[in-house]
Amino acid sequence: MLAMIEYEVVEKYKWMKKQDMTDILAISQSVPGAVAINLAIMIGYRLAGLLGALIALLGIVLPTIFIVILMSVLFLSFHHHPIVNAIFKGIGASVVALIVYAGFAMRKTAIIDIPTLMLTIFSILVLIFSSINPIWVILFGLIIGILIGKLKILSNISEEEESVENMKQEKKHYL
Amino acid sequence: MLPLIEQEVLLRHWMTIDEFTNMITISSMLPGSVGINAATFIGYQIAGIYGALVATFGMILPSLLLILLLEHFFKRFQESQVIVAAFYGLRPVIIGLIFYSAIRFTTSLQLLTTINWESICFLGIFLLTLILLRKKKIHPIMIICISGICGAVFFR
Repeated sequence: MLAMIEYEVVEKYKWMKKQDMTDILAISQSVPGAVAINLAIMIGYRLAGLLGALIALLGIVLPTIFIVILMSVLFLSFHHHPIVNAIFKGIGASVVALIVYAGFAMRKTAIIDIPTLMLTIFSILVLIFSSINPIWVILFGLIIGILIGKLKILSNISEEEESVENMKQEKKHYL
Repeated sequence: MLPLIEQEVLLRHWMTIDEFTNMITISSMLPGSVGINAATFIGYQIAGIYGALVATFGMILPSLLLILLLEHFFKRFQESQVIVAAFYGLRPVIIGLIFYSAIRFTTSLQLLTTINWESICFLGIFLLTLILLRKKKIHPIMIICISGICGAVFFR
């Protein structure tokens, strides 16, 4: 999906330079939400302002909305059928694997030292053993992150221990 | 995202846990992000086409606003220590949420309560998928087709 968007924008229509595209991609990845949608919104905004952003958003979202609505209609009329149920159980097993795999894929950028490892374990335990609204866990992570960031600045920990993103930015400064 | 949606939906009695699980299965089969697909799906079940449109828009609106804001403050955002630090703490928690939704999803399928034919099949498909994903980098759509066929064969 991302490669497709990049091809259309940079190579085919030449709306943007490759460097700008890389910058935009970096932002779309760090903002919450689906990367492809964020990317479309940003490209639309850069090319044609607010209206461009809204139209790009509609363009990328509408096809999926139609597909999902179609599937809901089909699902609601078939979901009591035994074979459909069996298929869903099979897919269910692989969906769990897909979710776990997504977590694994993220771990390299997320779990980089002991505090982040502790934070991961802590949040899983809290979510399992309490019925707390997950939004509080997210806020907790946010606050802890900022606090640790402040501590790091205070105690002047060397750059090696900073996150991958920090390193990228530091490189930019040196250049 | 899924634990958040789950809590809201179950709290408001919009769906049972079974319906929710099936809905997530479908949402992850379809192209696009699972969270947004799920929102469209729930919206459609509760209030038809308009429900679907409103729910989808509601799901995207926060990112839309955030991006439009960021576009104005792009440079400052990239260099801000606070944002970098916030993400340092945010990412591990997100991983926690991802694993938690995997656990919730498994328990809601109610297949792993006892050791029987179904739970063994479930674990088998789960492990096989994980291995295929890690070693072979097979496309998720293929995985879903294969596991659907396995399900039709083993769970009847």
